[in-house]
Amino acid sequence: MEATAFPVLSLIIFVPIIAAVLILFLNREQSDLARGIAITAASVCFALSLFVYLNYNSNVDAIVANQELIQQAGEPGASTDMFQAAVAFEERVDWIPSLGISYHLGVDGLAVPMVLLTGMVAVAGVLVSWKIEDRTRDFMAFFLLLVAGVYGVFVSLDLFVLFFFYELAIFPMYLLIATWGWVKLREYAAMKLTLYILIGSVIALVGVIAMYFTAGRFFTENPQFLPQGASAYSFAIAHMMRAAEAGAFHIPVLGSISFEHLWFPFIFLGFAVLAGVFPFHNWSPDGHVAAPTAVSMIHAGVLMKLGAFAALRVGVQLLPEGAHVHLPWIVFLTLINVVYGAFIAFRQRDFKYVIGFSSVSHMGLVSMGFATMNIVGMTGAGLQMFSHGAMTALFFGCVGMVYDRAHTRDLPSLGGFAKVMPWVAFAFILGGLTSMGMPGLSGFVAEYPIFAGMWQASEHITLQIGGFTLSNYYSIIVVIAALGIVLTAAYVLRVTQQVFFGKFDSVKYADVGDITARERFVLIFLGTPLVILGVAPFVMAPMLETGFKPVLAMLGVGA
Amino acid sequence: MDLNALLTDVNWMPWLVPAFPLLAFLIITLLTNRSRPILATSHDYSGDGQHPAYPGLAVHAVTSRGRVLSIIVGMSGIIAAWLVSLRIVGDAFNFAEFGENVFHSAVAWLSTGTTTFSMGALVDPLTAVMLIMVPLACLCIFIYSIGYMAHDPRQARFFSLIALFAGAMLTLVVADNLLLLFVGWEVMGLCSYLLIGFWFEKPSAYNAAIKAFTTTRVADVIMLLGIAYLYFSTGTLSFREIMYDPAPGAAPVAAEAHTEAATAEGEQGEAAAGEAEEVHAETWADRLAQTPALLFPGLSAAALIGIFLIVGTIGKSAQFPLHVWLPDAMEGPTPVSAMIHAAAMVSAGIYAIVRMYPLFEAGGNPHHGDFTAPLLLMAIVGSVTALFAATIAVAQNDVKRVLAYSTISQLGFMMAALGIGAYIAAAFHLITHAFFKALLFMASGSVIHGMEHGHHHAEHAHGHSHGHGHAHGEEHDLLEPAPHDELGENPIDTDVAGAHGTVMTVQTVHEEAEHAGAYAPLAVASQMPGAFDAQDMMNMGGLRKTMPVTFITFLIGGLSLSGFPLLTAGFWSKDEILADAWLGVTEGFGPHTLVFVLLALAAFLTAFYTMRQIGLTFWGEPRSAAAKHANLGQGVVSAAMTLPLIILAFFAIFAGFVGVHPDFPLFGAIFSSAGTVPFKEFVGPTLLHQPESIALNYFPVLVSFTVALGGLGLGYVMYWRKPLAAGEVDPMVRILGPFYDLLKNKYYIDELYAIIFVKPSQWFSREVAYQFLDKGVIDGFLHLLGRVFTWIGDLIKVLNMWLIDGVGDGIPELIQRFGGYFRRIQTGQVQQYMLFIILAALVIGIIFALSSGVLQAAG
Repeated sequence: MEATAFPVLSLIIFVPIIAAVLILFLNREQSDLARGIAITAASVCFALSLFVYLNYNSNVDAIVANQELIQQAGEPGASTDMFQAAVAFEERVDWIPSLGISYHLGVDGLAVPMVLLTGMVAVAGVLVSWKIEDRTRDFMAFFLLLVAGVYGVFVSLDLFVLFFFYELAIFPMYLLIATWGWVKLREYAAMKLTLYILIGSVIALVGVIAMYFTAGRFFTENPQFLPQGASAYSFAIAHMMRAAEAGAFHIPVLGSISFEHLWFPFIFLGFAVLAGVFPFHNWSPDGHVAAPTAVSMIHAGVLMKLGAFAALRVGVQLLPEGAHVHLPWIVFLTLINVVYGAFIAFRQRDFKYVIGFSSVSHMGLVSMGFATMNIVGMTGAGLQMFSHGAMTALFFGCVGMVYDRAHTRDLPSLGGFAKVMPWVAFAFILGGLTSMGMPGLSGFVAEYPIFAGMWQASEHITLQIGGFTLSNYYSIIVVIAALGIVLTAAYVLRVTQQVFFGKFDSVKYADVGDITARERFVLIFLGTPLVILGVAPFVMAPMLETGFKPVLAMLGVGA
Repeated sequence: MDLNALLTDVNWMPWLVPAFPLLAFLIITLLTNRSRPILATSHDYSGDGQHPAYPGLAVHAVTSRGRVLSIIVGMSGIIAAWLVSLRIVGDAFNFAEFGENVFHSAVAWLSTGTTTFSMGALVDPLTAVMLIMVPLACLCIFIYSIGYMAHDPRQARFFSLIALFAGAMLTLVVADNLLLLFVGWEVMGLCSYLLIGFWFEKPSAYNAAIKAFTTTRVADVIMLLGIAYLYFSTGTLSFREIMYDPAPGAAPVAAEAHTEAATAEGEQGEAAAGEAEEVHAETWADRLAQTPALLFPGLSAAALIGIFLIVGTIGKSAQFPLHVWLPDAMEGPTPVSAMIHAAAMVSAGIYAIVRMYPLFEAGGNPHHGDFTAPLLLMAIVGSVTALFAATIAVAQNDVKRVLAYSTISQLGFMMAALGIGAYIAAAFHLITHAFFKALLFMASGSVIHGMEHGHHHAEHAHGHSHGHGHAHGEEHDLLEPAPHDELGENPIDTDVAGAHGTVMTVQTVHEEAEHAGAYAPLAVASQMPGAFDAQDMMNMGGLRKTMPVTFITFLIGGLSLSGFPLLTAGFWSKDEILADAWLGVTEGFGPHTLVFVLLALAAFLTAFYTMRQIGLTFWGEPRSAAAKHANLGQGVVSAAMTLPLIILAFFAIFAGFVGVHPDFPLFGAIFSSAGTVPFKEFVGPTLLHQPESIALNYFPVLVSFTVALGGLGLGYVMYWRKPLAAGEVDPMVRILGPFYDLLKNKYYIDELYAIIFVKPSQWFSREVAYQFLDKGVIDGFLHLLGRVFTWIGDLIKVLNMWLIDGVGDGIPELIQRFGGYFRRIQTGQVQQYMLFIILAALVIGIIFALSSGVLQAAG
């Protein structure tokens, strides 16, 4: 698609940044103005995101047709061409030409739902933070900066820019948690989170720089693969993809181990730290619990997807051979995520920890969907990213609303809140049903393809451990993973019972009242997509497929 | 989709059947369910012991207008669904070669890769007979709920949920593919959860709801795995594409070319095509029967998928060992019990298997003694469950629990029938059972209602002689300052905050009262020793005098359940199962023999415990004051609760005559004059090939006669000829001796689960005990899950803390040491942090700008 004259994506990134700067210029007393600017900026971003989504969705048939043509032609570089065919709203400005770095934005079918999700959570986040009285303007400014960073990652088509925004998202996160978080835990959690993610991203960054040089050297030696007029060294994703397709990353680096085989785990897991993959997940529950509600929402709702998104985009898409070798064992990690997260969630006494660990469990399904390496499973993973994002934001919204009024998250001392807060109870049950995969809600249309994809993958994927070959084990994994779904039902029902049903202590919680209209709006706003996607998955699935097809073409499985 | 087609084209019309109740659900939930907080006292809302008391609490009670509107909307929804169903069924009867031709329509729903998922509605003969039964039974349940729930503050909510329940069941019935069937299946699971826990103030109700949901959920997830397996193997979930249409094989395989699996199977298909063509074109089901399964190479793929799906049914249709949730589900309001036990939930499991029958049968032929693994599983589980549950029912004293175990037992009959290839007999029994079981449940609900009525009457007459009547009195005094009668009438919803204040005060008073021990919630009270239990048959007796209509209809339902020869529907359907089983016995097939013997025994026990139940409830003299005064009262409530009983009683007798063997003396000539069995003739073509008609054999008929009459006779001798007097011990206790306790306690299954899994974990962790014994998961199967999972969860949690966090924390500790040096710059001023970030960004930028030249030189 041709680039649009109107730089929508830049606008999406810079509106929050400009709003953040504006807010920092305000006086300490002008809290309401700060709130006003923040909600305006978030709403504008959401509107633009929705525009991007609808616009992309209306073109999706054309993109599919285009991709099929390219695939059938089967010329060298077809995967890259398929990827580029899916990119829309492209913008490109040279930034550091000498290094091949350009400010290069654009969205493909994977990024579009994530952009929409970010817009939703941003609006909801500002609204639930309305009552923050402590340094309101600082909070809002950092929150908007965080949103800008997250947007940046999803729309970058240049790995350098991607890293830039990736890091940009982490620092406000640290401050938001350390300053406005839960007093008991905030410094510890903020530090833990930042360290985990930074270390992960640094490892991935080293890998990406190695890819940069390897690809550059390859193109210098084999200029016939290079599109005309392009320089050999570039951070552009399409450029790296072209190199990968031409075989640049097959070169042996350590004895017989090729570049791809060596670097894939570092790059994939480096990013997947942010997706909470076992055993690098431990930053996340603490981080979720310590963070103020809005930050938990964006954190679990969007930030974790950012890790999965980057792991797919940089790891699987650019190092497909590495994916073939390593994903068959990484799938075990994802299985542990699913079951283990659910087990721990089952044992928590703290309301927010339950949701925190449930995120660990559900994000495992996303990585598991990637590990199927077929279109069914991957589409499921894509749907799960969106579904879980909206669902977990809804969950954290509910937890925040209960906590704001009850001033405790200790499950045994809560109870009967459905009587005073029926909307929250309803929203929580809706989220809970989504998380346990109730048909008619988005969780089902996400989980079911992942399961089907796992069965399908079972016949093709084998794992070599020394001289021993493990085959057909995906089917065993999916059976065990299903246990996680059962556990989800168990802990969701348990929490529902403990918080919302049973006996309401009307003396202790005498001043607990119903939620405000603003909060009600947040719940409806986040809950609606769960139903829409559950009933009509066709509003998102085709788009995701256009995003995954080039990845699968790279993997050589066909799509 | 052309909306007009919905009304005119019979292919599209089935969409309307579930749509109407679902629409009713939406309208009630969003529009008509208007409530306002009112002070509920136990006098307002404890019409019967089933309803929990809400003393002193502000309950959101539905407004009178909301109540009436919700009932109207709910009734309109189900009546519309019923009428459309009738129209469709009428068309189906008049359609040539129905079965080969079906009513079908679909829309594209989700495309994944090259395959597109279609969602559609399908009406074939099997669906058609379900469309006769389900909407009618639902309609009766709805009518009954008008009366039964008339005093409940949440009646509108009840109607919205039960409409959703009906909508889900109808979705399942008209679904043309397994995924849509599963959608209805799961939504029903959700509804059962919400409705069993409808009185969520009662801990027992909420626990039962969780138990039901989680137990069936375990099975459902396994079923979902089977669905996913099936989908990846065939690329479709459409019933007809999988089971009847020729699989893409010898034909060009372009559509499936992308999966290696399909290609590999395609080759096999070509090889097999020659021999398969003689009978019928090879279908996916046949092909799957020749493919080895993924996990267990000994099984075929069809067998493994079949087993997965059957596990789903074992959960949903409450078969051993996942039956534990169904008796507890009695905690819900009685119409819900009828819904779960008859019209919807448990029937769905059997229906799903009949629907997918060729898949289970693929690769074998039970009529020739060739059993596939899924069939064997069904035969064994079904027949064992049938007998096992029937023995438990013999020793139960709770009027609804007897029925609950009889449902499990009867579902076992159907399951066993499916296992020996008698799927038509199973479908037939499914239909007749739904009618008489719905009747029995609602009649028992009337009994309970009447007993409550009588209890209140007796209580007032005796001047609050009962313990809990006394509590009511006291409480009433305490609540006197807040005149609840006025609150009930004044529109206080305009001033909720004000009312809330009042409520709080009263509530505080109430709290004190409770602490002083003056008050115990009714729900708890009914479980306390010495408290009155309206469901205990030992408190009943002689109800035939005050509740004659209930008695007669209950008797009809009970006789039908017992299989009273010739006159009742239950006889014909049960007889057909036994006849089919006997046919196998004569040929010397083991599973048939097992099924025949166990089912005959179970049928004998069924007749016996039914007679015992009716004898204890209606015969003899009243054994309590409540029973003496038990009645339904007058007016709309009573009429609404009586009418459905009469309708269902009609079907409990006459529904059986469509399944009479043509050679049967007299009856065959009357009802099957065409020389074929009408039910078999109509439903048979569902599977595209008419099953061989079997010759009439008098031995199974004789057995049916003997067990039914024998059981009824024994029950008559023990409980009718010499009715139990007040205070007398049940003769079963004496006869069965030590076995009585075993049966009464349901073979201690719940306790067994508890001992095996619970005690060790208690020993393992005090905390576990604290968390879960009273608050968390409940007894029985959930204990199994809860305990084992908790144990592992703790282990992992400890590992998590020590190992992984240990490493994780080690790094920050190191950094903290260095961090100490930098602590001075941490001032807590956010602007200052911001400054640092910008500075840092600048520095990084400069470094890159400088190094670019260097790097370029290097590159």
